Amino acid sequence: MEKRVTFKGWLLPLLLVFPQLLISAVFFFYPAGQAIWQSLFIPDPFGLSSQFVGLGNFKFLFGDSYYRASFVTTAIFSILVTLASLIPALLLAVVADRLIKGATVYRTLLIWPYAVAPAVAGVLWLFMFNTRVGVVSWYLGQFGYDWNHVLNDGEAMGLVVVASAWGRVSYNFLFFFAALQAVPKSVVEAAAIDGARFTRRFFTIVLPLISPTTFFLLVVNIVYAFFETFGVIHTITSGGPQQATTILVYKVFSDGFVGQDLGSSAAQSVVLLVVVGLMTIIQFKYLEKRVHY
Amino acid sequence: MKTKLKSYALGALAASVLCGPTAFAATEVQFWHAFTGRLGELVAEQVETFNGSQSDYQIVASHKGNYSETLNAGIAAFRAKEQPHILMVFEVGTATMMGAKGAIKPIHEVMADAGATFDPDAYIGSVKGYYTTTDGKMLSLPFNSSTPVLWVNKDALKAADVDPEVDLSTWQKVGEVLDKVKAAGSECPLTTAWQSWIHLENLSAYHNTPFATKDNGFAGLDTELAFNSELQVQHVQAMGDWAKDGKFMYAGRRNEGGANFRAGECALFTESSAGYAGISKEAQFEFAVRPLPYWEGSEGAPQNTIIGGASLWVMEGHEADEYKGVAAFLNFLSTADIQAKWHQDTGYLPITVAAGDKTKADGFYDKNPGTDIAVIQMTAKAPTANSKGLRLGSFDQIRGIIDEELEAVWSGDKTAQVALDSAVERGNKLLRRFEQANK
Repeated sequence: MEKRVTFKGWLLPLLLVFPQLLISAVFFFYPAGQAIWQSLFIPDPFGLSSQFVGLGNFKFLFGDSYYRASFVTTAIFSILVTLASLIPALLLAVVADRLIKGATVYRTLLIWPYAVAPAVAGVLWLFMFNTRVGVVSWYLGQFGYDWNHVLNDGEAMGLVVVASAWGRVSYNFLFFFAALQAVPKSVVEAAAIDGARFTRRFFTIVLPLISPTTFFLLVVNIVYAFFETFGVIHTITSGGPQQATTILVYKVFSDGFVGQDLGSSAAQSVVLLVVVGLMTIIQFKYLEKRVHY
Repeated sequence: MKTKLKSYALGALAASVLCGPTAFAATEVQFWHAFTGRLGELVAEQVETFNGSQSDYQIVASHKGNYSETLNAGIAAFRAKEQPHILMVFEVGTATMMGAKGAIKPIHEVMADAGATFDPDAYIGSVKGYYTTTDGKMLSLPFNSSTPVLWVNKDALKAADVDPEVDLSTWQKVGEVLDKVKAAGSECPLTTAWQSWIHLENLSAYHNTPFATKDNGFAGLDTELAFNSELQVQHVQAMGDWAKDGKFMYAGRRNEGGANFRAGECALFTESSAGYAGISKEAQFEFAVRPLPYWEGSEGAPQNTIIGGASLWVMEGHEADEYKGVAAFLNFLSTADIQAKWHQDTGYLPITVAAGDKTKADGFYDKNPGTDIAVIQMTAKAPTANSKGLRLGSFDQIRGIIDEELEAVWSGDKTAQVALDSAVERGNKLLRRFEQANK
């Protein structure tokens, strides 16, 4: 039976949620409103004058084939980052869950990469794969593979995906590990007695039971891939070669803070806001139905 | 941003308290720059020398990050009405600053208002030209300027059985040398830094060919890019062919190629004359500086190359006697002694004729052969409308577009003609936006 506790009157509940409302208003509604307002203008960088252009900034953006191509790049990038950060995390969590000795050490070590800021992670990976002095590219060269992410777009994409996903594996690992610990041992053991092997137990019992966590991580990781990866891209490829790694959020950053084109940058943030909003709605509407709480 | 500014302000306050009582007596002048490391030390030294030389003004220098970050900090500060007096802006930000009427105070005005002696003719034409209006009014003070030259690894040439003193004055001759170096098994016969600056912007000026219409943007905001003409296409195609044959190795959009050259991997390297400090420090081989090559048979070549680097802009909204301090400091920076020292320490070009003469008289060029090549290359001919510099809005982004399109040529995805046409078309759209924003 579900128990419902309700407040009498309005004042107390309002007071209790007020801090949250305030934070949302200051850090979300106000800036989002500003972005929408700014996206209707072409201002000069110093804020001395600005021209009202209506939807001109959006027309300019969608008239640009490179901007449209950037949607595809972003989709590929986000899917790859999400997969590359979820799958290894789940594997590691499963292994850690079965560990008996040294589990704490193993867990602690796995969490470390999460403490590394994306831009710093970018520099680390760039060093390893530097076409000239990189350790990894040197070994690849020994095997006759000529690594050059400066000109090869596939390699560039691979590198920014790995660099972006690397730190997230730790974060996802923590959640998966906690979820796995919460799976009732009795259910798994009962299946084992019935003769189900590990893989079968995993796919028919464990995976469905941790699906709320998986769903949560899916949403969080896609949002991460969309918004927080520009540091990695800035340090490793600056969006190149050509535009192979120019994802939407990187363009927002570079047009706004490098190019001083604040109107276009604001319009792009609005587009991004809409895209992520839509995606989250789709995820909750369709995917969540398959999640068992 | 606000809290950041607050912490800057607190830092400045703390610094001024630490500086002792003189800091309060003198009029303070804020100077924001983008230099760290050795260059940062040299700037600090200039400021100290100035502060020590008089007691009316106190220059407070602060480092604000790299070029882009410094410009952003200046813009944000202006919006918050906390702008510094002097802001260092890199050359591609010139049009942005010029467009900001009401935010900047042109140098010639600062000097006139302060009643300071100011002789624009003392400055080297091709250096100041970049920062001067078409009717000869100086807008900002050139601070650090360099120009591209050809760096040669003599040992690498010897290893390929090429005379290290071989003639490399034209791209045709460079091509022949690249063939030989490649045939001898080199993996990096040629590399470059700053591809757009060297292989399009300077290429155009050096061959007296327009990079953009309206005198490269000097004569109006309605300028259009024009770097897809025969000369540029031919050059980029030649480089693309070299890239395909493994004779030109592309290392990255900025100066990544410098690491390869300094490590001795590459035979030839097109890079700024200011690469001198790094190369002379790290190179374990014999190197030489040569003038940037030109295409033989191209009319008017070699003209002069153009500069890169930064200039000092004076910002609006301060008191008259503070501007006197600004004028005094900028005049101090332009004196022959300070300029000559800066030129010799850093490899940047001297900004005045007198500083160049003094360096020669000091015997610096005799002791460091090749360090005068950049100066000669800049000053051999009086600049034309095509070689005065570039004044294009959104130019940082346009350079980004050029980088992308050139990468398409180096990887063999596009021909030079297709890539440059596309770069021109995409860049023009940004120019139109900039025009609209600065109406």
